[in-house]
This record gives sequence, C-alpha cells and structure tokens, in this order.
Amino acid sequence: MNRVYLDCNATTPVEPEVLDAMLPYFSAEFGNASSIHTFGQKARAAVETAREQVAALLGARPQEIFFTSGGTESDNHAIFGIVSSSGASRPHVITSFVEHEAVLNTCQALEKRGVSVTYLPVDQDGLIDLEHLRGALRPETVLITIMHANNELGTVQPLEQIGSIAKEADVYLHTDAVQSAGKIPIDVNQFQLDLLSVSGHKLYAPKGVGALYIRGGTRLKQLLYGGHHQRGFRPGTENVAGIVGFGKAAEIARRSLANDASRLSALRDQLEHGLLHRTPHSHINGGRAPRTPNTTNLVFPGVEGEALLIALDLKGLACSTGAACSSGAVEPSHVLTAIGLPPEEARASLRFSLGRHTTQADIDFALRVVPAAVAQLRELSPTYQKAAAHD
Amino acid sequence: MTTAVEFETLPERAETQRGLVAVAMSGGVDSSTVAALLQQQDRCVVGLTMQLWNQRRLPELQGDGPPQHRCCSLDDVYDAKAVARHLDFPHYVVNFEEQFESRVVRPFVDQYLAGRTPIACTNCNTDIKFEPLLRMARQIGAERLATGHYARIRRNEETGRWELLRARDDRKDQSYFLWGLTQEQLSRSEFPLGELTKEEVRALARRVNLPVAEKPESMELCFVPNGSYVQFIQAYSKERGFSLSDSDGEIVNESGEVIGRHSGVHNFTVGQRKGLGFAAGKPLYVLSIDPQKNRVVVGEDDVLRKTICEVEGANWVSMEKPAAAFRASVKIRHKHGPAAAKVEPLEANRARVTFEVPQRAITPGQAAVFYDRDRVLAGAWIR
Repeated sequence: MNRVYLDCNATTPVEPEVLDAMLPYFSAEFGNASSIHTFGQKARAAVETAREQVAALLGARPQEIFFTSGGTESDNHAIFGIVSSSGASRPHVITSFVEHEAVLNTCQALEKRGVSVTYLPVDQDGLIDLEHLRGALRPETVLITIMHANNELGTVQPLEQIGSIAKEADVYLHTDAVQSAGKIPIDVNQFQLDLLSVSGHKLYAPKGVGALYIRGGTRLKQLLYGGHHQRGFRPGTENVAGIVGFGKAAEIARRSLANDASRLSALRDQLEHGLLHRTPHSHINGGRAPRTPNTTNLVFPGVEGEALLIALDLKGLACSTGAACSSGAVEPSHVLTAIGLPPEEARASLRFSLGRHTTQADIDFALRVVPAAVAQLRELSPTYQKAAAHD
Repeated sequence: MTTAVEFETLPERAETQRGLVAVAMSGGVDSSTVAALLQQQDRCVVGLTMQLWNQRRLPELQGDGPPQHRCCSLDDVYDAKAVARHLDFPHYVVNFEEQFESRVVRPFVDQYLAGRTPIACTNCNTDIKFEPLLRMARQIGAERLATGHYARIRRNEETGRWELLRARDDRKDQSYFLWGLTQEQLSRSEFPLGELTKEEVRALARRVNLPVAEKPESMELCFVPNGSYVQFIQAYSKERGFSLSDSDGEIVNESGEVIGRHSGVHNFTVGQRKGLGFAAGKPLYVLSIDPQKNRVVVGEDDVLRKTICEVEGANWVSMEKPAAAFRASVKIRHKHGPAAAKVEPLEANRARVTFEVPQRAITPGQAAVFYDRDRVLAGAWIR
C-alpha cells in the first residue's frame, strides 16, 4: 500500500545524508570520545564538529551545547537544574498550560516537592498573554519555561518579548524548542534565552539524541552523575553516531530552513484551504496565531478524531490526534482543552504536520481521502446527523 | 480433550462478508483466536483493543509495582498487539474510558449502593462493545464487529429476525450476558467461537502459535483489580467524593426485629450467607435489601425461595414482543440452571415471571433471560 506520512511533528525520517555521516561511527570509527588514543580523538573530533553545527543552528557558542538523550531529558535537566540550584526556600516557576508533558509533568513533580508553579492560560489560538506573564512574576520566581512552538497547534509564542520580560525581572528563561528548531529561525541571543531544549529526531536526525543549550554563567545543578564526559556536567559515554547525525541534520536544517519553510507553508495552506473547502463545518485550531510552516490542526465536527485517524491509516494516510497514552489509546488533548475547545470539538480534531519530504502528490492524496473519510464517519455519527437535521 | 482441530472442518458462517471485519481484542486467548479464525477464512481483519479504565486510579487497590494481569492493563494491550503482529494485521487501541465509567462503572456502584446486585458485563456488552465500539468499527470501514463471546447469531429466514443462541459449549455459554443486543447490533456482530468448545479454541490458538495460547482465563470483573467489589466501591466512592460513612444500618429478621448491624448495603447480595457479622443458631441468608430504610432482611433458606418476580427494561431478541403470556426456560443468574416459567408481558417493557418451582435467591439487579431451548427469546432486569 502506498503510505503518506503527514505526522512530522511526531518524528521525521533520518536524512540519507545524515545516515551516511553517521555510519562510520558505528564500526570503523567506533572510539570512545573520552579516550586519549587516536580512536578516541577521531570520535571526539566528530562530536565537537557536531556541537558546532548544533550551536550554529541556535546562534549559540559550541561550549554552551550539551548533548542529551533527547527533548525530555533536556527539559528535565533545565527545570530541575535551575530550581535545585536556586537556593530559594520556596522557589516559584512560571510555565503554561500548553507545554509538552516533558515540561508539564516535570513541573508537577516539582510541585510535589513544595515548589510553587504558575500555569499561564492561553487564548483561543494558544498564545500566552504577556501581561499575565508579568503579573505572575514574584520575588521568588526562579524560572520561566515557555515552549517556542506548540506540537499540536504549531503556534509560536512571542519568545523575544518573553525574553525581555525575563531579562528585566532577572529570571532565568528556558524554552522547549523541540517543535521549532529547524522549522523557524532561532537565535538564543535575540530571544535572550538562558536554556533551550532540542531533539534530534524532529529534524531528520535519529531518535535518542538531543541537546540542551545552557548560556554561559547560568547556575544549574546537573541531573545525572557519572564520569567526566561533557565536562562532568552531563556524564555518560557520548552517543557518537547519534550526535554526529544530529550535527549533520542541524547543518542541513540551517542551510535549507528558508526554502523548506516557504515550500511547506504553501503546501500546508493548500491542504488547509482544501480541507476547509471540501468538508463542511470544519475549522482551524490556532489559525490566527503565528504558526510553524508545517502544521495545521483542524476540527471536523461530528467526527471522532480517533476513528478518523484509524480510518485514514487504513487508507494509507498517517496523521495524528492529541497525545497518545502508554497503551497507544488517544487521550483528550490538554492543549485543545486549554484553548477553550469544548470536549466534543477537541475529540473531533486532527493534526497534519508536513515535512521536508512531503510532496504535492501527498497533499493531493490527503485532499482525496480525508473529506471522503469525514463524510463516511459523519454518516454513522448520531450526533452529527441530528445537528445536520437542524441546519 | 486436546483434539487438534482442522481449520477446514470449521463450520462456515451462513453469510461471509468479503469486506473488512473488526475484532474486539482483549488480549486473551478467545478474542485472539477469533482474529486467527477470521483470517483463515480469508477475511480482512483489523484489531481494536479498548482502553476502558485507567489503572493508575484508585491506587489503594493496587499492590506494589506496575499493574499486571488485569483487563486494560498494559500487559493485555501488549498481548493483543503481539497477536496482531504475529498474524500481521493492523491493530489499534481505542479509548472508551469516559463511556465505560459513565455507562458501566458508575451504574455498577450506584446499583450496589441501592441494594441491588448489578451485572457489569451486560452493561459493557450493550452499552460499550456493541455501541461505541461497534460504531467505531463501522466508522473505520468495517462491515461487522467480531468478538470472542461464546454464543451464536442466526438469521431466521421466515421471520427475518436475527436470533441469539446459546453457545455449543454449554460450560462456556455467555448468551446470558448478551440479551441486551438489538436487531441492528446483532446484524452487525459475529461470534465465531459460538460453535467451538474452549478446548478447541485453545487447540486452534496453539496450532497457529498464538503468543497468548497458554494465557490463563480471567474470571474477575475487569475493573476490580483484586476481585473485591466492596473494596472497589469504597475506593471509588472516596475518589468521587461521596461518603459511605453514614451507610451503617440494621439487620432485621422477617418480622422486623433488629438482630444486628451492618456497615452498608453494598456489602450484601440476596442469598448471601457469609459475612452477616453475627452468630445465629441456624444458617441465615440475606432475603432482601431495603435501601430506603438502609436495612438488610435475613431469614432461613426456605424463605429465600420465591415463585414470582417482576422484571423491567425487557429487550426482545429472537422474538417480537408478544401480546400474550408464553412459556420459557428462565435463567436468573449466570450460574443458574434455567427453570420453567410462565412469562406475562406487561406495559412499558415489564413482565411478570411465574416459575413452576420456587427459585432460590431471585436477586434484584440481575437479569432474567428467557430461553426457548437454545434461543434467547428476551431478557430483562429483575426488579
């Protein structure tokens, strides 16, 4: 079966160029980057090149990049690290209701330890209100952690203004940039960021590698203890092949970001308009906010998103509803709830996220199968039939 | 019995759909074998496993470590996925936690608190498996939903009705739990195990090397982790914020004399002997439960036997609602040998059942299912 993948916010394929760069480091160049001999030095050189490549994508200095196992570790490291080293008796953290679970659940774990956390609400497009942020600041606030782009909606928070507010209040600022890195420009200095999390597999590198940017001079406690790798601050033998792949992918992303963005936003808009046009009563979630160029989230009233997702998968189209829980079942999305969608609309929402390899043919395929599947589901939906009868 | 069953000898269904069939997969051997059977018939299979209950809820009912060997535990989901991988068909987990709680768990608890003895499996069949799950199966393009129930469905060519029949394997028959199905639901359902014995099902599972072929059967209510529904009701009530602390009441004999106290009517079921909490000269049994007065009435075994009961919420399955009284074998609980009775239909889907011989512990909240030999004529709730 021909399968079309429109779920690039979940993960992306490893670029062939990235894979080629990685392959030698599995066998021929297998050295431990901490070893003194030539094998080790070759691995070390590869890791440091990758560090430069990732730093360049973020406008950072290489020594400010720490490789991790991925976005979740980076988020945990940043948040636990800042709070643990704050010295405040009852530190306060500001975040938002639409963060990824890696941030939300870390904050909830902190709350159980007596840290107070403010969760900022968002408007119907998923954006926080800067006045709310200012109002939430307290003398004991030690960290603001607000995501850059949202995974479900693609909406982009005003990070530059958030950066100014944090700077003015002298509070550390962390952002989860997992969904924005490689899709829209990032500059840690322009945004006045202290910490930033990125993940390899969202930008065509393999799974299991990510990075945490830590601005020089930032005081935070380490998360893991072990050997002297990465200056002892993030110990563990470096995942050399993964890091090399991440570096290569970052280099490619930096090179092709502008092209990808304009091509993808054109395809995304075409998909979005086509679906709105061909499926009555559908509408966009978060459509008025600035968004990543590849993401669209639509409501198809009268449809169970879960059933639509499965129906489309059986036809060869991969997309996504909210978050999946550990069993793989769909859970109600906290993001869609936070933007004020009633539960029945949250359940009727579907996300399409395009990527560098999405083609016009893929969009044409989606525009053929989605409206047909929605119509079929609506035919069997008791609620939609009732509502339609009242039109 | 360990006879190897040849697939070729399996009974052919009267109607075989060429299209997609969804299989409700619990991760157990029965529903897994259904998937294998349908595939052998060249059917195009998609597996659906329902996520019904969040096992992280009610932590006081859990032992240490991750939840295991329970319905909706991740193990069962992984087992279902392993079977789908083994047989190579698509499989999805679908979330019906909300519906399961509102249509099965909450009514189950409410019924116990009202002094009745509910059957959660019947509600789950009628309101979950053959309602939202069947609808989802249809929405994703399946013609029908197949389940691992031991029962049979047959279309009566004369009357045009879909009939529900007992399973060939009497010991495994689950028709008692399926009386709530409508004609539409029956027409869209398949019970491929209805013609097989449990031993044959195991043999089939082994023959195709199903990873769950040796998995033990689950006998308990899926959402009650340790088999104690009383503990479940207490934990659930606490979580939902309704207190059971003032549920203490009196235990009285038939003439109304107080002979003891109890700590909540949900601890009792009609016919129960154990746990009455006080010594008595002769064995005493729960005769009835009066939730208004919060009283449990007890008496001796002979008083427990009754000839007449009224039922409500009748669903007419293999027959249309009749105008006149009719005779049937009536089963009043899952492990009850059907007893001869006269059934008089009343207004509003009620009926009066008069047994030829008095029956022990006719329990409100349980179902009375009317059989004509193998056919399920109808079923209803005992009032």
